Amino acid sequence: MNTSVSHYYVPASSHWPLVGSLGLFALTGGSALALSGHLGLGSFGMGIGFVVFVIMLCGWFGAVIGESQGGRYNDQVDVSFRWGMAWFILSEVMFFAAFFGALFYVRQFAVPWLGGSGDKALAHEFLWPSFVATWPLLQLPDAGQFTVAKQAMAAAGLPAVNTLILLSSGATVTWAHWGLKAGNRRQLVRGLWLTVGLGALFLGLQAHEYWDAYTLMNLRLTSGIYGSTFFMLTGFHGAHVLIGAIMLSVVLARSRRGHFTPTHHFAFEAASWYWHFVDVVWLGLFVTVYLL
Amino acid sequence: MTEIALPQHHEHEHPSGITRWLFTTNHKDIGTLYLLFAVSMLFIGGSFAMVVRLELFQPGLQFVSPHFFNQMTTMHALVMIFGAVMPAFVGLANWMIPMMIGAPDMALPRLNNWSFWLLPFAFTLLLSTLFMPGGAPSGGWTMYPPLVLQTGMAFPFLIFAVHLMGISSVMGAINVITTVFNMRAPGMTYHKLPLFVWTWVVTAFLLIAAMPVLAGAVTMLLTDKYFGTSFFNAAGGGDPVMFQHVFWFFGHPEVYIMILPAFGIVSQIVPTFARKPLFGYTSMIYAVASIAFLSFIVWAHHMFTVGMPLAGELFFMYSTVLIAVPTGVKVFNWVATMWRGSMSFETPMLWALCFIILFSIGGFSGLMLGLAPADFQYQDTYFVVAHFHYVLVTGAVFAIIAGVYFWLPKWTGRMYDERLGKLHFWLSTISVNLLFFPQHFLGLAGMPRRIPDYAVQYAEWNMLSSIGAFLFGASQLIFVYVVVRAMSGHGEKATDQVWEGARGLEWTLSSPPPYHSFNEPPKVP
Repeated sequence: MNTSVSHYYVPASSHWPLVGSLGLFALTGGSALALSGHLGLGSFGMGIGFVVFVIMLCGWFGAVIGESQGGRYNDQVDVSFRWGMAWFILSEVMFFAAFFGALFYVRQFAVPWLGGSGDKALAHEFLWPSFVATWPLLQLPDAGQFTVAKQAMAAAGLPAVNTLILLSSGATVTWAHWGLKAGNRRQLVRGLWLTVGLGALFLGLQAHEYWDAYTLMNLRLTSGIYGSTFFMLTGFHGAHVLIGAIMLSVVLARSRRGHFTPTHHFAFEAASWYWHFVDVVWLGLFVTVYLL
Repeated sequence: MTEIALPQHHEHEHPSGITRWLFTTNHKDIGTLYLLFAVSMLFIGGSFAMVVRLELFQPGLQFVSPHFFNQMTTMHALVMIFGAVMPAFVGLANWMIPMMIGAPDMALPRLNNWSFWLLPFAFTLLLSTLFMPGGAPSGGWTMYPPLVLQTGMAFPFLIFAVHLMGISSVMGAINVITTVFNMRAPGMTYHKLPLFVWTWVVTAFLLIAAMPVLAGAVTMLLTDKYFGTSFFNAAGGGDPVMFQHVFWFFGHPEVYIMILPAFGIVSQIVPTFARKPLFGYTSMIYAVASIAFLSFIVWAHHMFTVGMPLAGELFFMYSTVLIAVPTGVKVFNWVATMWRGSMSFETPMLWALCFIILFSIGGFSGLMLGLAPADFQYQDTYFVVAHFHYVLVTGAVFAIIAGVYFWLPKWTGRMYDERLGKLHFWLSTISVNLLFFPQHFLGLAGMPRRIPDYAVQYAEWNMLSSIGAFLFGASQLIFVYVVVRAMSGHGEKATDQVWEGARGLEWTLSSPPPYHSFNEPPKVP
């Protein structure tokens, strides 16, 4: 470990960013083609793009891990990575903010206005005079266009269990970090196994909840604004849990190989920051989507 | 990675050929790529504007169909905002920030490459829509539903192009902010940072906070169109106006993303040619930070007429007008910097001076638009078009051009042709005012924007405006010629300091600077 900043570290040129751009181009272009009716060509592009993107992630992160293990990073690089990850997480927070904002706006303004209260009650008067504003919104202004849900998702039961699971996983990842800082690799690896396991359990239960929603409750993306906000918020959150779990799995594999030292383990911290971020988003979800 | 070098030793390679540009991790190469990309988009987006002004040269439908006209206005905005102005600022940041703060390069050089190389692909997606059945997006760059949901095959390409541009911007912003926080030379404290660096730090923060919100907004559009959600569909309990709220929560910070770095450039140029330090340096920083904060609480002034509770109209009106205070601080500080300065008027200074005057005109018309009762009259007229073109063309674009003239000798080691630079300036300044100033009158007289035809009473001003547009467009060819000449090694050799009044680390490097700016941390005076 080099602690002086008298020499800077600048990586050599790399083909991975361009590979990543090509992958994303094929993935997004393919998706656009598929959505606009060219299913065959579109799926082909999506498939290729996804594979290329995954190859890029493996190659790029692999290169960074190799450089890190080769002792080529000084403290300054470490701090750059930390700032980079922190600001990246802020950008993710703002991505979720758009959907939370939509939920709050709909609950606070749009649905009550449609129900005839407030400054913009004209739609109620002229379009849907019999519409009653409630939340969760099951009886829609114009039910004919939508799959009407039979019931809303209760907070008790699976969501409450999932909250416990995710909160516990935040504790286990911290326990793993204590192990890492104390030089106790067994505790580190066990803590990470537990965390990844809890994450997987969370995703399994979430999938079960979705299954119930679609089959038993008739609650779908197409069930009006309640279904839209429910599935978009929990769905993007679930995708982020998956990403976090994959990050932690890589960290777990690296921990087993002894990659981290008590003072030098940015990858572990980045993954755990991300995990805590996902955890906090869930708490927001649990309160505003399920509970209230 | 192709090779493993020794620890504590960074690559002293100087690659050549096409892979130099494709795989580069060098901030100067990436900056050059960004700037070349921006100028090519400036001409593509500019050609769309020429179509618009050609059609509006006379009343009646002359050259293009109304549908194609709408595609041109929409694509002009998207290309200019996301393809020309934003990448140009990122290019300038890439070139200048490491040199200004005494760093070897950007903090995350590979990510830097990725930020750039997403853009050509994003714009391939976007521009390809021009050749699709149903044509390019034509519902306006603001993508309001339900209109935008009627877009044909172009729709998903538009959405994904916006996603890729957003990823590119956010990664670029993360890089800038990390570079400034972590790569400053020892002694380069926050209160010694050049204003261009400061404005970019704040801009980067705005980008990180605003661009993901746009991503969320367009994702909701996508699911509304293809997956049956009803975010913007009142029949399912949603609200089309909600899109406007989410969009402008991004859109207003975006306005400042496109002007704060311009403030930074002008704050570098004015002291150089007034040969005085910047007046009120600290207040400039706080003014920028205040503008950034306010930018998050003014968004609904874009939608006064759409209908909103009275308290909302009042709140957004007051917060909007409040922005005049920090902006006024900046303008007065620039003027005070020049007061009793030993002024000279080289090309960059002319552009910067013109920026101060013309941007202020855009700011004043912005104040008029910020007053809710008055805005009911101006909304969706050419007055709005005049306003934001004064802010974005004679504001952002003029500052970018000023910056290019200012730094070109440093980048290329060659002085540009001063005579041609001044010719470019005077032609542009006269034509741009001929282009946009009459649009104020058109708007106040009631001419609506985004319509290919108009009543005959608007004919004279429209014809003048179009003549100004053609002249302004043609004048930019001089710019290309001047830049290409300097890049290809013509012209007088530039000294290291370039300008007599230039101060700062970037001017201590040779012209052109070495491939890696600072291998050892420099001494900060």
